[in-house]
Amino acid sequence: MIVSLDVFYILVGLLFAATAVMTVRDATNPRRMTTALFWGLYALVYLLGERLPPAVAGVLMIVMALVAGAGLVRPGRAAVVPETERQASAVRLGHRLLVPALAIPAVTMLGSVALKDVHIGARLLLDPNNVTLVSMGCGSVAALALACALTRATPLQGVREARRLIDAMSWAVVLPHMLAVLGLLFAEAGVGKAVAHVATTYLPLDSRLLACAAFCVGMALFTVVMGNGFAAFPVIAGGIGIPVLVGVYHANPAVMAAIGMFSAYCGTLMTPMAANFNVVPVLLLDLPDKNAVIKAQLPTALPLLGANIVLLYCLMYR
Amino acid sequence: MHTAVNLWPLLGIAVVTAGFLLRLHPVLVVIAACAVTGWAAQMPVMHMLESLGRAFIKTRNLPLILLLPLAAIGLLERFGLKEHAQASVARIRSATTGRLLTVYLLAREVAAAFGLTSLGGHPNMVRPLVAPMAEAAAEARHGTLPEPLRRHIRAMSAATDNVGLFFGEDIFVAFGAIVLMQTILKTEGLDVDPIRMALWGIPTAVTAFVIHAWNLRRLDARIRRETAR
Repeated sequence: MIVSLDVFYILVGLLFAATAVMTVRDATNPRRMTTALFWGLYALVYLLGERLPPAVAGVLMIVMALVAGAGLVRPGRAAVVPETERQASAVRLGHRLLVPALAIPAVTMLGSVALKDVHIGARLLLDPNNVTLVSMGCGSVAALALACALTRATPLQGVREARRLIDAMSWAVVLPHMLAVLGLLFAEAGVGKAVAHVATTYLPLDSRLLACAAFCVGMALFTVVMGNGFAAFPVIAGGIGIPVLVGVYHANPAVMAAIGMFSAYCGTLMTPMAANFNVVPVLLLDLPDKNAVIKAQLPTALPLLGANIVLLYCLMYR
Repeated sequence: MHTAVNLWPLLGIAVVTAGFLLRLHPVLVVIAACAVTGWAAQMPVMHMLESLGRAFIKTRNLPLILLLPLAAIGLLERFGLKEHAQASVARIRSATTGRLLTVYLLAREVAAAFGLTSLGGHPNMVRPLVAPMAEAAAEARHGTLPEPLRRHIRAMSAATDNVGLFFGEDIFVAFGAIVLMQTILKTEGLDVDPIRMALWGIPTAVTAFVIHAWNLRRLDARIRRETAR
Protein backbone atom coordinates (compact mmCIF):
# COMPACT_ATOMS: atom_id res chain seq x y z
CA MET A 1 0.00 0.00 0.00
CA ILE A 2 1.07 3.56 -0.56
CA VAL A 3 -0.32 5.25 2.55
CA SER A 4 0.13 2.99 5.58
CA LEU A 5 -0.53 3.51 9.25
CA ASP A 6 3.24 3.94 9.79
CA VAL A 7 3.10 7.38 8.16
CA PHE A 8 0.77 8.56 10.90
CA TYR A 9 2.74 6.86 13.67
CA ILE A 10 5.74 8.94 12.50
CA LEU A 11 3.64 12.13 12.35
CA VAL A 12 2.29 11.59 15.86
CA GLY A 13 5.82 10.75 17.04
CA LEU A 14 7.08 14.03 15.61
CA LEU A 15 4.17 15.85 17.25
CA PHE A 16 5.16 14.41 20.65
CA ALA A 17 8.82 15.22 19.99
CA ALA A 18 7.81 18.81 19.23
CA THR A 19 5.69 18.84 22.39
CA ALA A 20 8.74 17.74 24.38
CA VAL A 21 10.97 20.44 22.83
CA MET A 22 8.39 23.19 23.36
CA THR A 23 7.87 22.03 26.95
CA VAL A 24 11.61 22.30 27.73
CA ARG A 25 11.41 25.92 26.59
CA ASP A 26 8.14 26.66 28.40
CA ALA A 27 9.04 28.84 31.39
CA THR A 28 5.43 28.79 32.67
CA ASN A 29 5.59 25.02 33.32
CA PRO A 30 6.61 24.25 36.92
CA ARG A 31 7.87 20.78 35.96
CA ARG A 32 9.14 21.38 32.47
CA MET A 33 12.06 18.91 32.45
CA THR A 34 10.12 15.88 33.69
CA THR A 35 7.10 16.80 31.57
CA ALA A 36 9.37 17.01 28.53
CA LEU A 37 10.90 13.63 29.45
CA PHE A 38 7.40 12.10 29.55
CA TRP A 39 6.46 13.38 26.06
CA GLY A 40 9.91 12.58 24.71
CA LEU A 41 9.62 8.93 25.78
CA TYR A 42 6.15 8.72 24.27
CA ALA A 43 7.59 10.14 21.02
CA LEU A 44 10.06 7.23 20.95
CA VAL A 45 7.19 4.71 21.16
CA TYR A 46 5.68 6.17 17.98
CA LEU A 47 8.89 6.96 16.09
CA LEU A 48 10.66 3.63 16.71
CA GLY A 49 7.60 1.38 17.15
CA GLU A 50 8.36 -2.28 16.45
CA ARG A 51 12.09 -1.46 16.16
CA LEU A 52 12.22 -0.98 19.95
CA PRO A 53 13.20 -4.22 21.69
CA PRO A 54 10.05 -5.35 23.62
CA ALA A 55 11.77 -5.28 27.02
CA VAL A 56 12.98 -1.71 26.38
CA ALA A 57 9.45 -0.65 25.42
CA GLY A 58 8.20 -2.25 28.64
CA VAL A 59 10.72 -0.34 30.76
CA LEU A 60 9.82 2.84 28.88
CA MET A 61 6.14 2.38 29.69
CA ILE A 62 6.91 1.85 33.38
CA VAL A 63 9.12 4.94 33.52
CA MET A 64 6.37 7.03 31.86
CA ALA A 65 3.82 5.73 34.37
CA LEU A 66 6.08 6.49 37.33
CA VAL A 67 6.83 10.02 36.10
CA ALA A 68 3.11 10.70 35.59
CA GLY A 69 2.16 8.98 38.85
CA ALA A 70 4.63 11.08 40.84
CA GLY A 71 2.84 14.21 39.64
CA LEU A 72 5.80 15.31 37.53
CA VAL A 73 3.76 15.80 34.34
CA ARG A 74 2.17 19.24 34.48
CA PRO A 75 0.64 21.58 31.93
CA GLY A 76 2.12 25.01 31.30
CA ARG A 77 0.08 28.20 31.04
CA ALA A 78 -0.51 28.55 27.31
CA ALA A 79 -0.70 32.04 25.82
CA VAL A 80 -4.32 32.27 24.65
CA VAL A 81 -5.48 34.66 21.94
CA PRO A 82 -7.89 37.19 23.54
CA GLU A 83 -11.57 36.42 23.00
CA THR A 84 -12.28 39.73 21.21
CA GLU A 85 -9.64 38.86 18.63
CA ARG A 86 -11.11 35.39 18.14
CA GLN A 87 -14.58 36.88 17.77
CA ALA A 88 -13.36 39.36 15.15
CA SER A 89 -11.68 36.53 13.28
CA ALA A 90 -14.87 34.45 13.50
CA VAL A 91 -16.88 37.28 11.93
CA ARG A 92 -14.27 37.78 9.19
CA LEU A 93 -13.89 34.09 8.24
CA GLY A 94 -17.52 33.06 8.90
CA HIS A 95 -18.69 29.69 7.60
CA ARG A 96 -15.35 29.14 5.90
CA LEU A 97 -14.00 28.12 9.34
CA LEU A 98 -16.21 25.03 9.14
CA VAL A 99 -14.66 23.79 5.88
CA PRO A 100 -11.41 22.38 7.36
CA ALA A 101 -13.27 20.97 10.39
CA LEU A 102 -15.69 19.15 8.10
CA ALA A 103 -12.84 18.01 5.84
CA ILE A 104 -11.81 15.45 8.49
CA PRO A 105 -15.08 13.47 8.36
CA ALA A 106 -15.48 14.08 4.61
CA VAL A 107 -12.05 12.67 3.74
CA THR A 108 -12.52 9.85 6.27
CA MET A 109 -15.79 8.90 4.61
CA LEU A 110 -14.38 9.23 1.10
CA GLY A 111 -11.35 7.13 2.00
CA SER A 112 -13.13 4.34 3.84
CA VAL A 113 -16.02 4.02 1.38
CA ALA A 114 -14.75 5.05 -2.06
CA LEU A 115 -10.97 4.70 -1.99
CA LYS A 116 -10.89 1.43 -0.05
CA ASP A 117 -9.96 -0.77 -3.04
CA VAL A 118 -8.23 1.81 -5.23
CA HIS A 119 -4.88 0.72 -6.66
CA ILE A 120 -2.22 2.97 -8.10
CA GLY A 121 -0.16 0.75 -10.33
CA ALA A 122 -0.07 -2.60 -8.56
CA ARG A 123 -0.19 -1.10 -5.06
CA LEU A 124 -3.21 -0.41 -2.91
CA LEU A 125 -3.59 3.29 -2.10
CA LEU A 126 -4.66 2.82 1.54
CA ASP A 127 -3.61 0.28 4.15
CA PRO A 128 -6.39 -2.39 3.86
CA ASN A 129 -6.20 -3.42 7.53
CA ASN A 130 -6.61 0.10 8.88
CA VAL A 131 -8.73 1.86 6.23
CA THR A 132 -10.70 4.06 8.66
CA LEU A 133 -7.67 5.17 10.69
CA VAL A 134 -5.55 5.85 7.62
CA SER A 135 -8.36 7.78 5.90
CA MET A 136 -8.84 9.79 9.05
CA GLY A 137 -5.11 10.55 9.13
CA CYS A 138 -5.29 11.81 5.55
CA GLY A 139 -8.34 13.86 6.51
CA SER A 140 -6.48 15.41 9.43
CA VAL A 141 -3.54 16.38 7.24
CA ALA A 142 -5.92 17.80 4.61
CA ALA A 143 -7.75 19.72 7.33
CA LEU A 144 -4.48 21.22 8.58
CA ALA A 145 -3.55 22.27 5.03
CA LEU A 146 -6.98 23.85 4.50
CA ALA A 147 -6.85 25.58 7.89
CA CYS A 148 -3.42 27.02 7.07
CA ALA A 149 -4.61 28.22 3.66
CA LEU A 150 -7.68 29.83 5.22
CA THR A 151 -6.01 31.53 8.18
CA ARG A 152 -2.60 32.16 6.55
CA ALA A 153 -1.02 30.57 9.61
CA THR A 154 1.95 28.24 9.19
CA PRO A 155 1.73 24.48 9.83
CA LEU A 156 4.14 25.15 12.71
CA GLN A 157 1.42 27.24 14.34
CA GLY A 158 -0.84 24.20 13.96
CA VAL A 159 1.75 22.12 15.79
CA ARG A 160 1.87 24.75 18.55
CA GLU A 161 -1.93 24.60 18.89
CA ALA A 162 -1.86 20.78 18.97
CA ARG A 163 0.79 20.96 21.67
CA ARG A 164 -1.42 23.36 23.63
CA LEU A 165 -4.29 20.82 23.55
CA ILE A 166 -2.00 17.85 24.40
CA ASP A 167 -0.49 19.84 27.25
CA ALA A 168 -3.97 20.62 28.60
CA MET A 169 -5.01 16.94 28.54
CA SER A 170 -1.65 15.99 30.12
CA TRP A 171 -1.10 12.35 31.19
CA ALA A 172 -4.77 11.47 30.52
CA VAL A 173 -3.66 11.08 26.89
CA VAL A 174 -1.82 7.82 27.71
CA LEU A 175 -4.33 6.26 30.14
CA PRO A 176 -6.51 4.42 27.58
CA HIS A 177 -3.35 3.14 25.92
CA MET A 178 -2.03 1.73 29.21
CA LEU A 179 -5.41 0.17 30.04
CA ALA A 180 -5.34 -1.70 26.73
CA VAL A 181 -1.91 -3.04 27.71
CA LEU A 182 -3.34 -4.23 31.03
CA GLY A 183 -6.16 -6.00 29.15
CA LEU A 184 -3.66 -7.89 26.99
CA LEU A 185 -1.59 -8.83 30.03
CA PHE A 186 -4.74 -10.09 31.83
CA ALA A 187 -5.49 -12.32 28.86
CA GLU A 188 -1.94 -13.70 28.86
CA ALA A 189 -1.96 -14.35 32.60
CA GLY A 190 -5.21 -16.34 32.45
CA VAL A 191 -7.48 -13.91 34.32
CA GLY A 192 -10.35 -14.93 31.99
CA LYS A 193 -10.05 -18.62 32.91
CA ALA A 194 -10.02 -17.78 36.61
CA VAL A 195 -13.17 -15.63 36.37
CA ALA A 196 -14.91 -18.39 34.40
CA HIS A 197 -14.09 -20.85 37.14
CA VAL A 198 -15.42 -18.59 39.90
CA ALA A 199 -18.59 -17.61 37.99
CA THR A 200 -19.63 -21.17 37.16
CA THR A 201 -18.89 -22.33 40.70
CA TYR A 202 -20.54 -19.65 42.81
CA LEU A 203 -23.30 -17.85 40.84
CA PRO A 204 -26.90 -19.16 40.86
CA LEU A 205 -27.16 -19.63 37.11
CA ASP A 206 -29.90 -22.27 37.16
CA SER A 207 -32.65 -19.88 36.06
CA ARG A 208 -32.47 -18.60 32.50
CA LEU A 209 -33.38 -15.03 33.48
CA LEU A 210 -30.77 -14.98 36.27
CA ALA A 211 -28.15 -16.30 33.87
CA CYS A 212 -28.99 -13.54 31.36
CA ALA A 213 -28.87 -10.93 34.12
CA ALA A 214 -25.56 -12.26 35.51
CA PHE A 215 -24.06 -12.18 32.02
CA CYS A 216 -25.15 -8.60 31.19
CA VAL A 217 -24.43 -7.15 34.63
CA GLY A 218 -21.10 -9.02 34.74
CA MET A 219 -20.09 -7.48 31.43
CA ALA A 220 -21.03 -4.00 32.66
CA LEU A 221 -19.36 -4.39 36.08
CA PHE A 222 -16.15 -5.81 34.69
CA THR A 223 -16.03 -2.96 32.17
CA VAL A 224 -16.55 -0.44 34.98
CA VAL A 225 -13.51 -1.91 36.74
CA MET A 226 -11.34 -2.20 33.64
CA GLY A 227 -12.62 0.82 31.74
CA ASN A 228 -12.53 -1.30 28.62
CA GLY A 229 -15.24 -3.46 27.06
CA PHE A 230 -12.67 -5.31 25.00
CA ALA A 231 -11.07 -6.64 28.20
CA ALA A 232 -14.42 -7.57 29.76
CA PHE A 233 -15.77 -9.46 26.76
CA PRO A 234 -13.30 -12.39 26.64
CA VAL A 235 -13.58 -12.84 30.41
CA ILE A 236 -17.37 -12.79 30.80
CA ALA A 237 -18.16 -14.48 27.46
CA GLY A 238 -15.71 -17.24 28.38
CA GLY A 239 -17.00 -17.41 31.96
CA ILE A 240 -20.80 -17.17 31.58
CA GLY A 241 -21.74 -16.57 27.94
CA ILE A 242 -20.31 -19.67 26.31
CA PRO A 243 -20.47 -22.33 29.06
CA VAL A 244 -23.87 -21.29 30.49
CA LEU A 245 -25.94 -19.31 27.94
CA VAL A 246 -24.78 -21.28 24.90
CA GLY A 247 -23.75 -24.53 26.59
CA VAL A 248 -26.69 -25.02 28.98
CA TYR A 249 -29.48 -22.85 27.51
CA HIS A 250 -28.49 -23.25 23.82
CA ALA A 251 -28.59 -19.50 23.10
CA ASN A 252 -27.71 -18.21 19.66
CA PRO A 253 -24.01 -17.21 20.04
CA ALA A 254 -24.47 -14.19 17.73
CA VAL A 255 -27.21 -12.76 19.99
CA MET A 256 -25.18 -13.53 23.12
CA ALA A 257 -22.10 -11.81 21.70
CA ALA A 258 -23.85 -8.72 20.30
CA ILE A 259 -25.92 -7.98 23.41
CA GLY A 260 -22.97 -8.90 25.65
CA MET A 261 -20.71 -6.34 24.01
CA PHE A 262 -23.44 -3.67 24.26
CA SER A 263 -23.83 -4.46 27.98
CA ALA A 264 -20.09 -3.87 28.30
CA TYR A 265 -20.59 -0.49 26.61
CA CYS A 266 -23.23 0.39 29.24
CA GLY A 267 -20.41 -0.17 31.73
CA THR A 268 -18.09 2.08 29.71
CA LEU A 269 -20.63 4.90 30.09
CA MET A 270 -20.40 4.57 33.88
CA THR A 271 -16.67 4.40 34.61
CA PRO A 272 -13.92 7.01 35.06
CA MET A 273 -11.47 4.31 33.96
CA ALA A 274 -12.67 4.90 30.37
CA ALA A 275 -10.64 8.09 30.36
CA ASN A 276 -10.92 8.81 26.64
CA PHE A 277 -14.69 9.03 26.80
CA ASN A 278 -15.44 10.14 30.34
CA VAL A 279 -12.38 12.04 31.63
CA VAL A 280 -10.87 13.66 28.53
CA PRO A 281 -14.14 15.51 27.69
CA VAL A 282 -14.35 16.79 31.28
CA LEU A 283 -10.92 18.38 30.73
CA LEU A 284 -11.72 19.54 27.21
CA LEU A 285 -14.98 21.17 28.32
CA ASP A 286 -13.53 22.76 31.49
CA LEU A 287 -15.97 21.00 33.82
CA PRO A 288 -15.06 21.32 37.53
CA ASP A 289 -16.84 18.05 38.49
CA LYS A 290 -14.63 15.13 37.36
CA ASN A 291 -17.64 12.84 37.08
CA ALA A 292 -19.96 15.28 35.29
CA VAL A 293 -20.06 13.28 32.04
CA ILE A 294 -20.65 9.98 33.86
CA LYS A 295 -23.50 11.51 35.84
CA ALA A 296 -25.07 12.73 32.60
CA GLN A 297 -24.79 9.20 31.19
CA LEU A 298 -26.26 7.21 34.11
CA PRO A 299 -29.93 7.85 33.18
CA THR A 300 -29.19 6.31 29.77
CA ALA A 301 -26.79 3.53 30.79
CA LEU A 302 -28.83 1.94 33.62
CA PRO A 303 -32.21 1.61 31.83
CA LEU A 304 -30.34 0.38 28.75
CA LEU A 305 -28.61 -2.34 30.77
CA GLY A 306 -32.02 -3.47 32.00
CA ALA A 307 -33.32 -3.41 28.42
CA ASN A 308 -30.35 -5.57 27.35
CA ILE A 309 -31.23 -8.26 29.90
CA VAL A 310 -34.81 -8.35 28.59
CA LEU A 311 -33.67 -8.32 24.96
CA LEU A 312 -31.22 -11.16 25.57
CA TYR A 313 -33.89 -13.18 27.40
CA CYS A 314 -36.41 -12.71 24.60
CA LEU A 315 -34.11 -13.01 21.58
CA MET A 316 -31.63 -15.68 22.62
CA TYR A 317 -33.34 -18.51 20.72
CA ARG A 318 -33.67 -16.60 17.44
CA MET B 1 -14.96 -29.91 39.99
CA HIS B 2 -11.29 -29.67 40.87
CA THR B 3 -9.41 -28.37 37.89
CA ALA B 4 -5.96 -26.84 38.05
CA VAL B 5 -7.23 -23.28 37.49
CA ASN B 6 -4.83 -20.69 38.89
CA LEU B 7 -7.04 -18.17 40.68
CA TRP B 8 -4.22 -15.86 41.75
CA PRO B 9 -4.29 -13.67 38.60
CA LEU B 10 -7.67 -12.41 39.90
CA LEU B 11 -5.57 -10.31 42.27
CA GLY B 12 -4.95 -8.02 39.27
CA ILE B 13 -8.66 -7.20 39.14
CA ALA B 14 -8.66 -6.62 42.90
CA VAL B 15 -5.75 -4.17 42.52
CA VAL B 16 -7.57 -2.21 39.81
CA THR B 17 -10.77 -2.10 41.87
CA ALA B 18 -9.00 -1.06 45.07
CA GLY B 19 -6.90 1.59 43.31
CA PHE B 20 -9.99 2.95 41.59
CA LEU B 21 -11.97 3.09 44.85
CA LEU B 22 -9.08 4.74 46.73
CA ARG B 23 -8.79 7.32 43.92
CA LEU B 24 -5.09 6.66 43.46
CA HIS B 25 -3.38 7.96 40.34
CA PRO B 26 -4.92 5.81 37.54
CA VAL B 27 -1.63 5.34 35.69
CA LEU B 28 0.03 3.97 38.84
CA VAL B 29 -2.95 1.68 39.45
CA VAL B 30 -2.55 0.22 35.96
CA ILE B 31 1.17 -0.42 36.44
CA ALA B 32 0.61 -1.96 39.89
CA ALA B 33 -2.12 -4.21 38.45
CA CYS B 34 0.27 -5.29 35.66
CA ALA B 35 2.98 -6.14 38.18
CA VAL B 36 0.65 -8.07 40.51
CA THR B 37 -0.96 -9.99 37.64
CA GLY B 38 2.40 -10.97 36.17
CA TRP B 39 3.68 -12.02 39.58
CA ALA B 40 0.53 -14.05 40.29
CA ALA B 41 0.86 -15.83 36.94
CA GLN B 42 4.49 -16.59 37.84
CA MET B 43 5.92 -14.71 34.88
CA PRO B 44 9.68 -14.07 35.10
CA VAL B 45 10.44 -10.32 35.26
CA MET B 46 12.08 -10.23 31.84
CA HIS B 47 9.14 -12.07 30.27
CA MET B 48 6.75 -9.59 31.87
CA LEU B 49 8.66 -6.56 30.62
CA GLU B 50 8.62 -8.03 27.12
CA SER B 51 4.87 -8.72 27.30
CA LEU B 52 4.22 -5.16 28.48
CA GLY B 53 6.44 -3.69 25.77
CA ARG B 54 4.93 -5.75 22.97
CA ALA B 55 1.41 -4.82 24.11
CA PHE B 56 2.37 -1.13 24.47
CA ILE B 57 3.69 -1.01 20.89
CA LYS B 58 0.82 -3.07 19.45
CA THR B 59 -1.91 -0.88 20.96
CA ARG B 60 -0.42 2.47 20.01
CA ASN B 61 -3.05 2.82 17.27
CA LEU B 62 -5.68 3.51 19.99
CA PRO B 63 -4.71 7.15 20.77
CA LEU B 64 -4.43 8.10 17.06
CA ILE B 65 -8.13 9.00 16.71
CA LEU B 66 -7.68 11.53 19.50
CA LEU B 67 -4.31 12.92 18.39
CA LEU B 68 -4.42 13.27 14.62
CA PRO B 69 -7.01 16.08 14.32
CA LEU B 70 -5.51 18.23 17.10
CA ALA B 71 -3.32 20.46 14.88
CA ALA B 72 -6.12 21.47 12.52
CA ILE B 73 -8.70 21.85 15.27
CA GLY B 74 -6.36 23.83 17.52
CA LEU B 75 -5.57 26.20 14.68
CA LEU B 76 -9.25 26.70 13.82
CA GLU B 77 -10.02 27.38 17.47
CA ARG B 78 -7.34 30.05 17.53
CA PHE B 79 -9.15 31.73 14.65
CA GLY B 80 -12.60 31.60 16.25
CA LEU B 81 -14.20 28.26 15.31
CA LYS B 82 -16.04 27.99 18.63
CA GLU B 83 -17.16 31.61 18.52
CA HIS B 84 -18.46 31.11 14.98
CA ALA B 85 -20.42 27.95 15.86
CA GLN B 86 -22.07 29.72 18.77
CA ALA B 87 -22.99 32.68 16.58
CA SER B 88 -24.47 30.41 13.88
CA VAL B 89 -26.68 28.44 16.22
CA ALA B 90 -27.80 31.52 18.08
CA ARG B 91 -29.42 32.56 14.78
CA ILE B 92 -31.47 29.33 14.51
CA ARG B 93 -34.44 30.28 16.66
CA SER B 94 -36.35 27.01 16.39
CA ALA B 95 -33.61 24.76 17.76
CA THR B 96 -33.83 23.77 21.40
CA THR B 97 -30.81 22.20 23.09
CA GLY B 98 -32.55 18.83 23.40
CA ARG B 99 -33.64 18.74 19.75
CA LEU B 100 -30.20 19.83 18.56
CA LEU B 101 -28.51 17.09 20.57
CA THR B 102 -31.08 14.52 19.39
CA VAL B 103 -30.20 15.35 15.78
CA TYR B 104 -26.51 15.01 16.64
CA LEU B 105 -27.18 11.70 18.44
CA LEU B 106 -28.89 10.32 15.34
CA ALA B 107 -26.14 11.55 12.99
CA ARG B 108 -23.40 10.17 15.24
CA GLU B 109 -25.06 6.80 15.67
CA VAL B 110 -25.85 6.34 11.97
CA ALA B 111 -22.35 7.43 10.91
CA ALA B 112 -20.74 5.06 13.41
CA ALA B 113 -22.99 2.26 12.18
CA PHE B 114 -21.43 2.80 8.75
CA GLY B 115 -18.01 2.41 10.32
CA LEU B 116 -17.25 6.14 10.34
CA THR B 117 -16.44 6.28 14.03
CA SER B 118 -14.08 9.24 13.74
CA LEU B 119 -16.79 11.58 12.36
CA GLY B 120 -17.44 12.90 15.86
CA GLY B 121 -15.39 12.80 19.02
CA HIS B 122 -14.61 15.08 21.92
CA PRO B 123 -11.62 17.05 20.60
CA ASN B 124 -12.84 17.47 17.03
CA MET B 125 -16.62 17.79 17.39
CA VAL B 126 -17.89 18.19 20.97
CA ARG B 127 -15.44 20.79 22.23
CA PRO B 128 -15.36 23.08 19.20
CA LEU B 129 -18.91 22.55 17.84
CA VAL B 130 -21.55 20.53 19.67
CA ALA B 131 -21.16 21.84 23.23
CA PRO B 132 -21.01 25.55 22.24
CA MET B 133 -23.98 24.99 19.90
CA ALA B 134 -26.02 23.31 22.64
CA GLU B 135 -25.25 26.16 25.04
CA ALA B 136 -26.01 28.79 22.43
CA ALA B 137 -29.35 27.16 21.60
CA ALA B 138 -30.45 27.45 25.22
CA GLU B 139 -29.14 31.02 25.51
CA ALA B 140 -30.91 32.14 22.34
CA ARG B 141 -34.27 31.14 23.84
CA HIS B 142 -33.77 31.77 27.55
CA GLY B 143 -31.00 34.35 27.93
CA THR B 144 -28.13 33.89 30.36
CA LEU B 145 -27.96 30.41 31.92
CA PRO B 146 -27.17 29.61 35.56
CA GLU B 147 -23.65 28.12 35.75
CA PRO B 148 -24.64 24.58 36.96
CA LEU B 149 -27.14 24.31 34.10
CA ARG B 150 -24.52 25.45 31.60
CA ARG B 151 -22.14 22.76 32.87
CA HIS B 152 -24.86 20.13 32.70
CA ILE B 153 -25.55 21.04 29.05
CA ARG B 154 -21.84 20.62 28.26
CA ALA B 155 -21.73 17.26 30.03
CA MET B 156 -24.86 16.13 28.15
CA SER B 157 -23.18 17.11 24.86
CA ALA B 158 -20.24 14.82 25.67
CA ALA B 159 -22.63 12.10 26.86
CA THR B 160 -24.61 12.32 23.63
CA ASP B 161 -21.44 11.84 21.60
CA ASN B 162 -20.49 8.76 23.66
CA VAL B 163 -23.95 7.16 23.45
CA GLY B 164 -24.15 7.73 19.70
CA LEU B 165 -20.67 6.34 19.14
CA PHE B 166 -20.92 3.26 21.36
CA PHE B 167 -24.31 2.02 20.20
CA GLY B 168 -23.68 2.78 16.54
CA GLU B 169 -20.21 1.36 16.01
CA ASP B 170 -21.06 -2.17 17.08
CA ILE B 171 -23.52 -2.53 14.18
CA PHE B 172 -20.70 -2.01 11.71
CA VAL B 173 -19.37 -5.33 10.42
CA ALA B 174 -15.73 -4.30 10.08
CA PHE B 175 -15.49 -2.71 13.54
CA GLY B 176 -12.84 -4.01 15.93
CA ALA B 177 -15.35 -5.26 18.52
CA ILE B 178 -17.01 -7.56 15.98
CA VAL B 179 -13.62 -8.92 14.90
CA LEU B 180 -12.68 -9.43 18.55
CA MET B 181 -15.94 -11.28 19.33
CA GLN B 182 -15.55 -13.51 16.27
CA THR B 183 -11.98 -14.43 17.28
CA ILE B 184 -12.95 -15.22 20.88
CA LEU B 185 -15.93 -17.35 19.85
CA LYS B 186 -13.80 -19.19 17.30
CA THR B 187 -11.20 -20.16 19.92
CA GLU B 188 -14.11 -21.65 21.88
CA GLY B 189 -15.22 -23.63 18.83
CA LEU B 190 -18.19 -21.44 17.80
CA ASP B 191 -18.13 -20.19 14.22
CA VAL B 192 -20.34 -17.12 13.99
CA ASP B 193 -20.97 -14.95 10.94
CA PRO B 194 -19.92 -11.35 11.78
CA ILE B 195 -22.95 -10.01 9.88
CA ARG B 196 -25.30 -11.86 12.24
CA MET B 197 -23.57 -10.33 15.29
CA ALA B 198 -23.86 -6.89 13.73
CA LEU B 199 -27.59 -7.45 13.02
CA TRP B 200 -28.34 -8.64 16.55
CA GLY B 201 -26.85 -5.39 17.82
CA ILE B 202 -29.62 -3.39 16.13
CA PRO B 203 -32.38 -3.89 18.80
CA THR B 204 -30.04 -2.50 21.49
CA ALA B 205 -28.88 0.33 19.22
CA VAL B 206 -32.50 1.43 18.63
CA THR B 207 -33.32 1.14 22.35
CA ALA B 208 -30.26 3.26 23.20
CA PHE B 209 -31.44 5.98 20.82
CA VAL B 210 -34.96 6.00 22.28
CA ILE B 211 -33.77 6.14 25.90
CA HIS B 212 -31.21 8.88 25.31
CA ALA B 213 -33.59 10.95 23.15
CA TRP B 214 -36.08 10.74 26.04
CA ASN B 215 -33.37 12.01 28.42
CA LEU B 216 -32.69 14.89 26.03
CA ARG B 217 -36.38 15.83 26.15
CA ARG B 218 -36.04 15.91 29.92
CA LEU B 219 -33.00 18.19 29.49
CA ASP B 220 -35.18 20.67 27.57
CA ALA B 221 -37.75 20.56 30.34
CA ARG B 222 -35.04 21.24 32.93
CA ILE B 223 -33.73 24.21 30.94
CA ARG B 224 -37.27 25.68 30.74
CA ARG B 225 -37.83 25.10 34.45
CA GLU B 226 -34.53 26.57 35.66
CA THR B 227 -34.56 29.64 33.43
CA ALA B 228 -38.21 30.47 34.19
CA ARG B 229 -37.32 31.52 37.74
